Amino acid sequence: MIDAALIWEWIIKSLILIIFLTVEFMYVTVYERRFLARIQSRIGPNRAGPFGLLQPAADGLKLIFKEELIPANADKFIFVLAPIITVIPALIVLAVIPWGEAMVIFGRQVNLFISDVNVAVVYIMAVTSISVYGITLAGWSSNNKYALLGGLRATAQMISYELALGLAFMGPVVLAGSLSMVDIVRAQQGSLWYVVLQPAAFLIYFFASIAEINRAPFDMPEAEQELTAGYHAEYSGMKFALFFMAEYIKMVAISVIGATLFFGGFDGPFVDQIPWLGPIYLLAKVVIYLGVLIWVRATWPRIRYDRLMQLGWKILFPLALLNVIITAVVVVLVN
Amino acid sequence: MTDIREVSVDELRHLVSDRAMSGETMLLNMGPQHPSTHGVLRLLLELDGEVVVNVIPDIGFLHTGVEKTAESKNYQQAEVMTDRLDYLNPMGNNLTYCLAVEKLTELDVPPRAQAIRVILAELQRISSHLLWLGTSALDLGAMSMFLYCFRERELVLNIFELVSGQRMMTTFIRPGGLWRDVPVEFEATVRDFLKAMPRRIKEYDDLLEKNEIFLDRTKGIGILTKEDCFQYGLSGPVIRGSGVAHDLRKKQPYSGYDLYDFDIPTHPEGDVYARYRVRVEEMTQSLRIIEQALNKLPYGPVRSNNRKYVPPPRSEIGVSMEALIHHFKLWTEGFTPPAGHVYVATESPRGELGVYMESDGTARPYRVHLVTPTFVNLQAVPVMSRKHYIADLIGIVGSIDIVLGDADR
Repeated sequence: MIDAALIWEWIIKSLILIIFLTVEFMYVTVYERRFLARIQSRIGPNRAGPFGLLQPAADGLKLIFKEELIPANADKFIFVLAPIITVIPALIVLAVIPWGEAMVIFGRQVNLFISDVNVAVVYIMAVTSISVYGITLAGWSSNNKYALLGGLRATAQMISYELALGLAFMGPVVLAGSLSMVDIVRAQQGSLWYVVLQPAAFLIYFFASIAEINRAPFDMPEAEQELTAGYHAEYSGMKFALFFMAEYIKMVAISVIGATLFFGGFDGPFVDQIPWLGPIYLLAKVVIYLGVLIWVRATWPRIRYDRLMQLGWKILFPLALLNVIITAVVVVLVN
Repeated sequence: MTDIREVSVDELRHLVSDRAMSGETMLLNMGPQHPSTHGVLRLLLELDGEVVVNVIPDIGFLHTGVEKTAESKNYQQAEVMTDRLDYLNPMGNNLTYCLAVEKLTELDVPPRAQAIRVILAELQRISSHLLWLGTSALDLGAMSMFLYCFRERELVLNIFELVSGQRMMTTFIRPGGLWRDVPVEFEATVRDFLKAMPRRIKEYDDLLEKNEIFLDRTKGIGILTKEDCFQYGLSGPVIRGSGVAHDLRKKQPYSGYDLYDFDIPTHPEGDVYARYRVRVEEMTQSLRIIEQALNKLPYGPVRSNNRKYVPPPRSEIGVSMEALIHHFKLWTEGFTPPAGHVYVATESPRGELGVYMESDGTARPYRVHLVTPTFVNLQAVPVMSRKHYIADLIGIVGSIDIVLGDADR
């Protein structure tokens, strides 16, 4: 039943999620810089505010006051559109993630997800694929050869990894028997976490998702040492900030999705009795997941472009296919 | 409105193939402002997709005029310029220059000064290799290595600061010896460094040597055969990585290198990985040399007693009329070596660094020509990088350890 209160609930929840993601983006940058610094025996930003906590505000302010340059021969419309296409999918992808058990707030039963779509996994796949258009168009419209190479790399990389990523999703989906994220979490509450039952799918998800969001060691499209900055070489000011934001929000998104699919989402001890522990558990898992992503970036060199294709098509894709077949056969036999 | 002028392809017609002219391949201008060209190297790339068809290196963006300026300075003043030449190897440059002046003037250098020169030159080699290791690992995307290497390089720079008061532009080695004796803390500081380094080198190995991605990015990439090395006249770790055991410290020992026991690491493969191994093993060898030199560091003066070329100590000036005259002459006019010409070469971290010096009998050199390893080794970039990917090209340029101050003098 849809009434006015429900619509308000959706709006408020969406706003909270978007604000949360934006704030999270800011603090993931600080988290990354501080953590990287510790790994590299440095201190990291610690001047702005206590423990450098105001650093993202300073960075944001700086970017707002930067000149917005548009190259003379760029395709202006697409050039402006590209960062928007990149950032919106990153913001909306988390709408289907459950953050915890239903809670009673102000006498009203509130579900801690924006919507429980019955094809949530497909939704995630579809939305994340859109953001590659932003990167490709940015590379194309900049009229810069480095950016073009970056955009081309991004396209090829996405196509190669989308398949493995989708198949990695299938493992938990087959086990839970549902495409809904809520059902997948519920199924994990009943059994072991899927990282134990589906280790291969988790590893494939881990690598494919890093490639999907262009993080090191798969940061080919923006390889600084090769393509200076790749697709966002010509961007400055807030348009650059949007790309940056999309990248970090996507980082959060794959951590949340990974934690939900393979680490039980909001599942944890006593979550049945105290529902607000759910979001805390999920956040803790996300922070650890992000930490691993940062750790990987600090340690590994960048893979070469052609090797990346090989890894995607020749190793991850067949492995993922095999994993799905074996899982399906086992599920049928056991049931 | 659009008055941005691109370099027209017509101007490059004589350099690139017909395929680039027809638009089948892409011309990409990499550098002089590019994060991986280590300063201001410009590479004109002809690309077929991501594959490098041809590379045309373009140097001269860091031209400093060191050679020409040296002609208008006297011999002591000209030395200061050599610090700025290969800015990662100031001690080695000073040493080469001073060896040339000493050969020209037939000056003898006391044994203590020679031993300290060796210690400093080897420390410099370690610091240069560390910087190379850090930056070339960063080129491949291993960002933490960069900071670890800089952490250790800092220790070397601290030692230089201790002895000379300067971290980079030291001018500590002077014709006839050293500027002054090293302070008492020197030995203990260097020993601390010697103690710390082997563990750190193992740490780098752990990070890179066992990393599949790193091995994949370096093995079989940028292969340079022995014949190529000879034909292009290359030197240094680049040829030792192709299996040529050529090291001037062994072949033409200078400054008492024949007193120390050390090996020349060579690897026959000739790829980026071999050059990486050679440099890492050279660091260990340098540590060995430093340790031996420290153990038998003789006592005595650190400057030649020949007052015609080497200024007298401060304590003598107040009591000896002759010393005062010498001091005055040396710091106003400079010294006048006999007419003639010499060539001296040393093994810099990058290869053979030579100084050709011609004197016409006045206080200023008639000509100082510097034979620099980067200039020579850069020629091999096109040979090594054809048919490789852009990403490999970055690794290859890194693997020859270019310092543009060294190439453009």
